Amino acid sequence: MSKFEFPPSIRSRPVYGTLEARPGKTHLMIADAEGAEAILAVATPDLMAATHIIYIPKGTDYADKLRALKPAQFYEGPTYAASVTRIQRVLQDAQMGLQVYLAGTEGLMGQAQNEAMKAGIPHTAIQTEHRGSIARRMQCVHCKGITEDVETDPFVCSHCGLNLFVRDHYSRRLAAYQGVCIDAEDPGNVPPQKGIYE
Amino acid sequence: MTIQFNDETFRDDYSFRNSERAIKRFPFPFDKDSYMYAVNMEQHRGGPSDSIYEKRFDVDEHYVSEMRDRAMVLADDPLRCQSLPHMTLAGWDLLELIMVSKSEDYPDLFQLHRDGDQWHWINKPLGIDDKFTFMDETTLPYGPMEYITRQTQGDFCVLDQRDDNLWMDAGMITTQADWSLDFDIGMNFFEWHAPVPLAHEKGIFVRALKFLLNIQQGAPARRLNWTMTVNPLLDTSPENYHKWGIQKTELTPENIGSKQHLRVELQTFFRLPRSNGLVFPIRCYLCSFQDLMTSPKWGRRLHRVIRDLPEELATYKGFIDNRPMMLDYLSKFDDGLPTSNGIWPEFDTEPPLQK
Amino acid sequence: MSGAEKIAVRVTEVSPLNELVTRFKFEPVAGGLLPTFSGGAHTVVEMRDGDITRMNPYSLMSDPFDQTAYTISVRRDDEGRGGSLFMHKNISVGDEITISNPVNLFSLDLRAKKHLMIAGGIGITPFLAQIKQLDRAHGNWELHYSCRSEALGSYVDYLTNTHPNDVEVYYDDQKQAIDLENLLDGQPLGTHIYVCGPKGMIDWVRGKATELGWPREAIHYEEFLAPQPGKPFEVKLAVSNKVIQVGERESLLEAIERAGVDAPYLCRGGACGMCETSVIDYSGNFIHRDHWLEEDEHASGKKIMPCVSRFEGKTLVLDR
Repeated sequence: MSKFEFPPSIRSRPVYGTLEARPGKTHLMIADAEGAEAILAVATPDLMAATHIIYIPKGTDYADKLRALKPAQFYEGPTYAASVTRIQRVLQDAQMGLQVYLAGTEGLMGQAQNEAMKAGIPHTAIQTEHRGSIARRMQCVHCKGITEDVETDPFVCSHCGLNLFVRDHYSRRLAAYQGVCIDAEDPGNVPPQKGIYE
Repeated sequence: MTIQFNDETFRDDYSFRNSERAIKRFPFPFDKDSYMYAVNMEQHRGGPSDSIYEKRFDVDEHYVSEMRDRAMVLADDPLRCQSLPHMTLAGWDLLELIMVSKSEDYPDLFQLHRDGDQWHWINKPLGIDDKFTFMDETTLPYGPMEYITRQTQGDFCVLDQRDDNLWMDAGMITTQADWSLDFDIGMNFFEWHAPVPLAHEKGIFVRALKFLLNIQQGAPARRLNWTMTVNPLLDTSPENYHKWGIQKTELTPENIGSKQHLRVELQTFFRLPRSNGLVFPIRCYLCSFQDLMTSPKWGRRLHRVIRDLPEELATYKGFIDNRPMMLDYLSKFDDGLPTSNGIWPEFDTEPPLQK
Repeated sequence: MSGAEKIAVRVTEVSPLNELVTRFKFEPVAGGLLPTFSGGAHTVVEMRDGDITRMNPYSLMSDPFDQTAYTISVRRDDEGRGGSLFMHKNISVGDEITISNPVNLFSLDLRAKKHLMIAGGIGITPFLAQIKQLDRAHGNWELHYSCRSEALGSYVDYLTNTHPNDVEVYYDDQKQAIDLENLLDGQPLGTHIYVCGPKGMIDWVRGKATELGWPREAIHYEEFLAPQPGKPFEVKLAVSNKVIQVGERESLLEAIERAGVDAPYLCRGGACGMCETSVIDYSGNFIHRDHWLEEDEHASGKKIMPCVSRFEGKTLVLDR
């Protein structure tokens, strides 16, 4: 089961939808891990004939299924960091009418959305569908360091070591949620960790 | 009226003080004995003589020291001042607005001489005398927004207007009430206000945005907002919260009168003509509880407002833990007598404390 | 206080460009400088026509950085209610008139990597100011301008002389038309479209761009609706407790103002939303003509934009 129902939250928290084929001359689909399922669900031969898929398996075995869709271009990247220059290159040459589809973890979608926005696509025109891990990409508001794949609240900043609580306040530009020191007013009094949605 | 600039600090030994004149002109934010969010906007076109409303950009006795504090914050963390690339024109708009306003409103302190795009700016209190070419960034030591806001009290949000929304795309934020420009830059009006409780449900932000989108050239607006700060600390940023948060626990019944400050923001809104952006200056005024209690009206009213404030708001404003101690202190200044409407202290007509 | 801040100006130039369009130049009566503005802004010109005060919005076409004078161009509309006719017939050099501070509802998106401008007829005017603004900032732009004929092509010579590589002109009477599909195909990511012209042209560009997958936020348009004449009707203003008659050739907003009731407004062209008014009771049909309200709001019978919309029927009670 790769679908998760996020609880309702504040206005800055992203809301994800379900991918749908939209009119456009070319299509760029970027996904990680179980995000492949969202691409498999929306794919049609016509759509795939004009689609470039960039996929990061993260240890899953969907890559062959995606390849079998016969997209116009297919790239399998080992990590997002390894794929990002390719994403930037594709966007640099792209033209108006390009449709962008993102699927998978929040961290992947947020970072790829940021690249597409920098290239000139408004965020509201970029489709997203969450699949797989519900871990968050967190920015420490104090040291500015990003901690990937945070599953618990509170958590320890992987850069400065402060105990941070997980906010729902989200920055598209940083592709991260905000982490704030939990024991500033009572140093050392850190509540036990629990899952973010528990 | 000549301003004597204080030599004071907003950190470490906290030597910040309000003179009697500064207390009298303090923008007490409550016009009645209770508080709830409202779109409490009014035109920003002057006000009573020597009030903080009188000039477009109020300059007071804290000016020089506040600018020194801002320079220290920026030296520690340059990310407090950021401008996305498309906001440079709005930065020039802001520089022009402030230079023209200050030189007209305070000719003894600031002078602006313009010959086409060759501008000469003199800021006497800060000892600045610069000649530069308007609209040429290379002729200033900083970008236009940073240059002028290093010389102007208050935080500055410079907003882009597009798609029927306002976007926080540039700012100088060093005296903020616990929000991060580095995090919020690029957000729209609803997103950067997302963490505020209750107001979304009341439709406050929808109405406020509609008002702000229609602010026109030559017709600025203003409102007051408030929170609480322990010690006269300007830089209550989330960035440094792990350093200053502990100060909230240092209040005692003995020191609360001098340590606890009401923090009031005079928020103004000006249309920026060349960019069609909007600037949203947030000017912070601090006043200790004991200084506020010199006004019998403010004493009565502050007790009632803090006592009856909804729990969500006391939590959001960060003083829920200290509220009982505040009420113990404030109740001594509330004798139950009625108060007159409006924010002004009415020293001449309000009866003295009856206990 | 309604509308934007006002400025007293003197008409210092009236230049007929062709049989339909005349250019007017305004300088401040008090001397000094006019406010700067941003490309795409308009001003609302007040015209005292007998006992009626008409206020029509016109795009500012002069250089936004030139604070000595504003210029506008007015196309004569023989079918309309008389605002443009009044400008053509009654305004001459030396007259003092009142205009509003500039208001911009058709602003450039300064993040755009390229600005693609599409103009029809008198819709060229806001682009003249935007081009000056973009040239100063070394912006990347391109203009496609469609006119009825060479004789009616206002500012064609000026544009093609100063920007021969960036301006393409199309004449209807020579069967020339913008090849929109080809024009939109191949534009770099980050291009924004701006269209100003007749309603048909705006709908055509918006429709085609949407069909080709352009995001809504990248499509900007401005169409000033001149209020259209219509059958007279009666309105009750509940707050001020007045019953007023809206004449054939005046707008509902003008009739409200004539009755001495201060109603908010800004663009007077159905675009800005400022004059939105709640309907308390009605029996009849609304003739909604604005761009502001959503379709379901039009259908609800609860809101009206009195600057351009009208009513036919027995009773209309407004919250004014």
